[in-house]
Amino acid sequence: MNFEVIVSYFPRFVEAFWLTVRIGFIGIGISFIIGIITAFAVHFKIPFLSGIFGIYVELFRNTPLLVQLFFIYFGLPKVGITISAEVCGCLGIGLLGGSYMAESFRSGLEAVPFSQSEGALALGLSRAQMFFYVILPEAFALSVPAIIANIIFLLKETSVFSAISLMDLMFTAKDLIGLHYNTAEALFLLVFFYAVMLIPISILGNVIEKRIRFKMFGV
Amino acid sequence: MGFEVLVKGNNLLRLFMGLYIALKISFISVFISIILGVVLGTVMTLNNRIINFICRLYLEFIRIMPQMVLLFLCYFGATKALGINLSAETAAVIVFSLWGTAEMSDLVRGALKAIPTAQYESSYALGFTVFQTYVFVIIPQIIRRMLPLSINLITRMIKTTSLIMMIGIVEVLKVGQQIIEANRKSSPNAAFGVFATIFVLYFVVCWPVSLLSKYLEKKWES
Repeated sequence: MNFEVIVSYFPRFVEAFWLTVRIGFIGIGISFIIGIITAFAVHFKIPFLSGIFGIYVELFRNTPLLVQLFFIYFGLPKVGITISAEVCGCLGIGLLGGSYMAESFRSGLEAVPFSQSEGALALGLSRAQMFFYVILPEAFALSVPAIIANIIFLLKETSVFSAISLMDLMFTAKDLIGLHYNTAEALFLLVFFYAVMLIPISILGNVIEKRIRFKMFGV
Repeated sequence: MGFEVLVKGNNLLRLFMGLYIALKISFISVFISIILGVVLGTVMTLNNRIINFICRLYLEFIRIMPQMVLLFLCYFGATKALGINLSAETAAVIVFSLWGTAEMSDLVRGALKAIPTAQYESSYALGFTVFQTYVFVIIPQIIRRMLPLSINLITRMIKTTSLIMMIGIVEVLKVGQQIIEANRKSSPNAAFGVFATIFVLYFVVCWPVSLLSKYLEKKWES
């Protein structure tokens, strides 16, 4: 392992790191929005919409992100929908994540005991108040562990972006190995930067999970 | 729309062969990881401090790193660092087995830990031998807890094997690209048809498996 090589590679990896983080987090933001809408439609059995969203969830949960990206990036332009690689990356993560988030939110909504809504109604809350002040906060707290697991999963999935030639960490590592054959240094930096991205989120996730559990159950 | 390339020559058959290669690698890895995962998960419940520390380290590293990075580490790193020349297939099987073992052992450990001691105690009190206790009381409960989750893990492993094209294995996506390249002139829209077909193929493989997992989960919910 040559330290000078690592130093000279560092700036390129930092750039790739920010690209990965940016696309990852925009994608996760999109997945939250899609997930919430989908979960609502499916949970409240809104006619027509719940069917469509149900199909969407099954489709995207049961196919690999790489295949989805190839379809969006190389397939859709042939029918007249052309999108840039970055947008495609965000969209891919957003759609994949949306289906996972939807499942997490939905199971959170379903896990709120029925006595909670009965209690809220008995206290004279309106249906809207019951939903926004009682059901939603509890459902959110219940789905937090799953949401954090999803976020880590989605950030890990960003590693396939190199397939649609986005200059992410993976692409940079592959590029540098091909250029200078400094395999050990490039791989070390690759692992290092993924660790920098994922370990804090994993630790933060544990802390948040404990706090929310404490708030809910007092243990 | 580009679907016509599929019926040309034996293109569709080639796609299926590509899918078969991806599935073969995932099933070999699933098989290895179930066996090793059960062993490792049981070892982790022995509460030996040193073993637990090593296992935790292994588990955390494998689970925090994207599978793609692990593939690169194994495929390019092993050649350089250890001087072993792994074929891409072997590297893929090693990586997916390592990952699958980590996930599986965590499931086994969780299931074993979740069995209350009262279950062991009361079956001994009823006069069961240790062997009978495990066969008739503990293992059936563990299987009920674990089976839906393990089946879910299998679909995840099948989906993850699509990454092997990135280290140069000719599986379904690579075959798709080859078909598109070969028919660039005659059907310029092939990309849509071929990738849509691959999308559907993966769905057809994974969906029944995840339905089974969901069904078992509902059935054994108590």
